[in-house]
Amino acid sequence: MKLKMIQRDLIRVFLLALIAVSWVSCKSGEKKEQAEENAVEVDVSQLNDEMFKDINEAKQIFYSLPSPLETAMLIKSTGVGYNEDLLNDVDNVTKYSTSKSMALNLGIYTCDLSFASLYDQTQSSIDYMNAAKKMADGLGILDAISQENIDRLEENINNRDVIMDIISETFMNSSSYLQENDRSAVAAIVLVGGWMEGLYIATELVPDTANLENNKLVHRIVDQKLSLNIVERLLNDNKDNPDIQAIMKDINEIKAIYDKIPMTASSSSETSTNDQTHVTTIKSASNYKITWAIFNELKEKVKVIRNNYIS
Amino acid sequence: MKRVFILLLFISASFFVLSTQNSQAQCKGFAKNVCKLELVPFTHDGNYHAAVLTEGEEAELYKTFYSDQEYRVAVCGSDNLPEIEFKVMDAAQNVLYSNKDHDFSKTWDFKLESSQQLKIVVKVPSRGDKSKEPASGCVAIMFGFKVK
Repeated sequence: MKLKMIQRDLIRVFLLALIAVSWVSCKSGEKKEQAEENAVEVDVSQLNDEMFKDINEAKQIFYSLPSPLETAMLIKSTGVGYNEDLLNDVDNVTKYSTSKSMALNLGIYTCDLSFASLYDQTQSSIDYMNAAKKMADGLGILDAISQENIDRLEENINNRDVIMDIISETFMNSSSYLQENDRSAVAAIVLVGGWMEGLYIATELVPDTANLENNKLVHRIVDQKLSLNIVERLLNDNKDNPDIQAIMKDINEIKAIYDKIPMTASSSSETSTNDQTHVTTIKSASNYKITWAIFNELKEKVKVIRNNYIS
Repeated sequence: MKRVFILLLFISASFFVLSTQNSQAQCKGFAKNVCKLELVPFTHDGNYHAAVLTEGEEAELYKTFYSDQEYRVAVCGSDNLPEIEFKVMDAAQNVLYSNKDHDFSKTWDFKLESSQQLKIVVKVPSRGDKSKEPASGCVAIMFGFKVK
């Protein structure tokens, strides 16, 4: 009798375990299907265009390009060295007299200033801050870079955190002044100038012996393909401005080369949050393919455009 | 009479322009003195995204974020506005984060395994009190990163 009861209990436990295992495997199958679904790779240009599909122009829309400070930080984080020869000579400030050239070079000098500061180049940082101030003053951006900012920079020249704070503050002063005074076209040109300078420095710093598929800096350069539609939309918002039209032509030439670099990414992402740090990781995958011929074509085109901007 | 009308029109237009510029200037001060503090200890990227929004209005921001970098997004609204809602979405419109699920937190820290473009959707909820004028105020979206 007792044996029968034990047998019955064992059968019950077995059945319950069977149901649990089937349920778990069913769930994991669902997860696997989901993961496989997420693993589908699609062309990034198509994916990003999809993002803009339902855009409601009645809303306030911001297109955010990497700032000159972020651009310089992205280059430095790949581990490359500092090369002052690549930066725009501060003596060139006297050449810039038009609104377009001053706006482009405000972005360019701010990128150079960020680059020099991140590599602890103290005298260059002061020189580039002064060059950026001349461009901002020339554009009539009141107090974007004040003498107080320059004095504070000199006093804290060995404190990188303070210097980063001064650079971000002065850049925000310029962009907020331009946006709040209905000069969004000039604000867009400043951003494109900084972005182009970053692209120029990055392409010039890739060694001839680099493995294009695994090089971190090349990865960052290819990643700029993701920002091209943002550059286009930022410029398109001010398309009636003749200076913007000229820059749009340059961007279209760059885009034509980026179009030759196939880049795919997961069609969707998953997230996981670290309980201790509270930092969420966005999980997704991407791939690209670039040849030396295309890389050199991009490098040459960027060089021509950037040298035109600083001439 | 005509002169008085033109003068009144001029004064009204000037008042409108000045009040708009003043509220925008307040947004710069708000972004710099209030919202930027939310980014500490991250380094502010220097970009400025702020506007005057009214209850019920939304704003969107598009930005590329890069792999292996740690970011903080801060979304702040003036004191007179209800708590600001924001969500972060990927290109396939999946919601990766919504501050409604996190007690309307003003910040979110994240990093990416691979670079991608994300959309930040910001909404000033409506209090739904029809007897009162909907409130307007500054809303700022700011980004910080860790210097490597």
